[in-house]
Amino acid sequence: MSMLKGGFIQNLNKVYGIYTLGFLGFVILMGILEAIGVSNTHIGWMFVFFTVVIYAVIGVLARTMDSAQYYVAGREVPAVYNGMATAADWMSGASFIALAGGIFLGGHPYMAFLVGWTGGYVLVASLVAPYLRKFGCYTVPDFIGTRYGGNLTRFCAVVVLVVASFTYVTAQINGTGTVAARALQIPFELGVWIGLAGILFCSMLGGMRAVTWTQVAQYIVLIIAYLVPVFWMSSKLGYGIFPHLAQFDAVVRIQELEGILGVGQLVPTAEAQAEAGRLGALKVGVNDPGEGWLSRWRFFTLALCMMTGTASLPHILMRYFTTKSVRAARQSVGWSLLFICMLYLSAPCLATFVKLSLLDPNAATSIIGKPVSLVTNLEWIQQWSNVGFLKIIDSNGDGFLQINEFFMRGDIVVLATPEMAGLPYVVSGLVAAGGLAAAMSTADGLLLAIANALSHDLYYKIIDPKVDTRTRLVVARVLLLAIGAAGAAVASAKLTSILGAVAWAFCFANSGLFFPIVLGIWWKRANRWGAIAGMAGGLVAGAWYLYQVQFAGMTPWYGIDGLRFGMIGMPVSLVLMVVVSLLTPAPDKETQNMVDTIRFPKGRAYLRAEH
Amino acid sequence: MAAQNDQHQHWMASRMLMWLTMLLWAIFGLVIHLFAGALNSSAFPGAYFMAGTGAQLAFVVLIFWASARQNAIDAEYGLEESEDK
Repeated sequence: MSMLKGGFIQNLNKVYGIYTLGFLGFVILMGILEAIGVSNTHIGWMFVFFTVVIYAVIGVLARTMDSAQYYVAGREVPAVYNGMATAADWMSGASFIALAGGIFLGGHPYMAFLVGWTGGYVLVASLVAPYLRKFGCYTVPDFIGTRYGGNLTRFCAVVVLVVASFTYVTAQINGTGTVAARALQIPFELGVWIGLAGILFCSMLGGMRAVTWTQVAQYIVLIIAYLVPVFWMSSKLGYGIFPHLAQFDAVVRIQELEGILGVGQLVPTAEAQAEAGRLGALKVGVNDPGEGWLSRWRFFTLALCMMTGTASLPHILMRYFTTKSVRAARQSVGWSLLFICMLYLSAPCLATFVKLSLLDPNAATSIIGKPVSLVTNLEWIQQWSNVGFLKIIDSNGDGFLQINEFFMRGDIVVLATPEMAGLPYVVSGLVAAGGLAAAMSTADGLLLAIANALSHDLYYKIIDPKVDTRTRLVVARVLLLAIGAAGAAVASAKLTSILGAVAWAFCFANSGLFFPIVLGIWWKRANRWGAIAGMAGGLVAGAWYLYQVQFAGMTPWYGIDGLRFGMIGMPVSLVLMVVVSLLTPAPDKETQNMVDTIRFPKGRAYLRAEH
Repeated sequence: MAAQNDQHQHWMASRMLMWLTMLLWAIFGLVIHLFAGALNSSAFPGAYFMAGTGAQLAFVVLIFWASARQNAIDAEYGLEESEDK
């Protein structure tokens, strides 16, 4: 690649165009193999093997020993491609597999995640990304440490980053393991370690440069894998070839059916729910925002926590350090959101059409209201019952399936759509490859964010500032390996659900980092002691509250539960930061000038390219 | 001195744009969903639309619009990046 380098950036459209066609060709080839009788297991294997090998090859080709290449991909990534890479970095296994199912079961209140995970990019674009790009830092703690000065400040930022990103990465490695285990039919623990090996191959040798170009490749796989089943199912089941517009009529129809079928009124009996365990029945209307101020407040706080978390998660912010210019960084945020919306706008659409096809008695695929004996004979119902993803309990014993007798895991909406709609197995293999791409790309970005913060900020800036570049990059790789292994070890212990861990990561990030980053740019008076108080105070307050509501049995204040503890951490962080800053001397002239120079695009970055 | 004044004016304009963007962000991201009940009062599923499609489209347009505005502000005060970068 070093020989091709100049050529590679100029030829991106060609390279990724050929790659996309190649991938589509591979999918068609798999379809042909299925038609001539190759077994499903082998097709699943080939999907996982082929895609992971491609990512690993890109990772190896993009290896580098240059620090600017390793940390910020040489700052030469065009805005559109950085947008794709950010979208893959952003959309995790949870977004890919669990989002549509969450909307299916959770209805309107759950859609606060959709609003939060997209609206955060407005904050990234207007408050943070262009200014950090002008600053020219390698990592987020690099900005905090230089802007406020002092090793303690830098260290606090490293701690918040590690807490937030490590929480998140265990969920991703868990997701990788789940998909690998299902597609390859191996034990979950083995799946975790195989997934980790793939992730490390992509990031170890080439750092940010390798991760950037694999994430673009992963985005292409995951978006094809998400959209093909959505459009195919929609046209096959007769909902039109463009389901995004037809979904609103479907919602109206579902609302009629909900009244007839008793969604929201019929709840599972206690015995049935106990038997179903963690599987859930549909209890919330598709478009029912709930009554009273508490449901509004819960929507508001969840969306706000996810938005501010987006603007403080280092693995996202560092993607904008790789663009060519400040202008490109700004535009790149828009592209990121556009690419993210391709999937996020399809998720509610998928949830709605799956719901309609299960509920509508006119649809051939419907199951609610049908005789239980008929439903339990369906192939897809049997297959997913066997692996514990759904359960049918005829609790009133009338022989017909009611809405409160059908229990499922949210993930099934994405995973079982192909089978439910009677699509060929090749689509299921495609979905597995997409889920794997989503989980791997996010894990890549997170692992790199942690390892870079530890190698650049903790080791190089704090412990040993005289060390040469070569050693720094070797240390970075050793740390990457160690953190990956630690993440996999925690993931195989399955401590939290994926969604819980993801929401926690957002709240840790916004409790500790949101105000120190934003005020560092927008408030010149913010100083070192204020920043330290804001980071430490916010993180401790948030973590304390999470512990109290999640593990010590405290009743949440005003509906602020474990998913929203940023609502406690953030105000504490803001107040401490402002009060302590005002009580201590203003930053010196040099710092004030530095803040001035990052506020406009003209001129060189504040930090040198190699630092 | 003139350069410093330009910088000051540039920052004032940028700050105005930021507050305007934040206002629109808060409307589409937070405030409008407080009125989910009212959005549903017609036959069209307004609350579902705003949370699953409308807000996201508004965010995309908002980011591209604000980014174009900011580029214009940078150019107006001669503080844009030079081409050779």
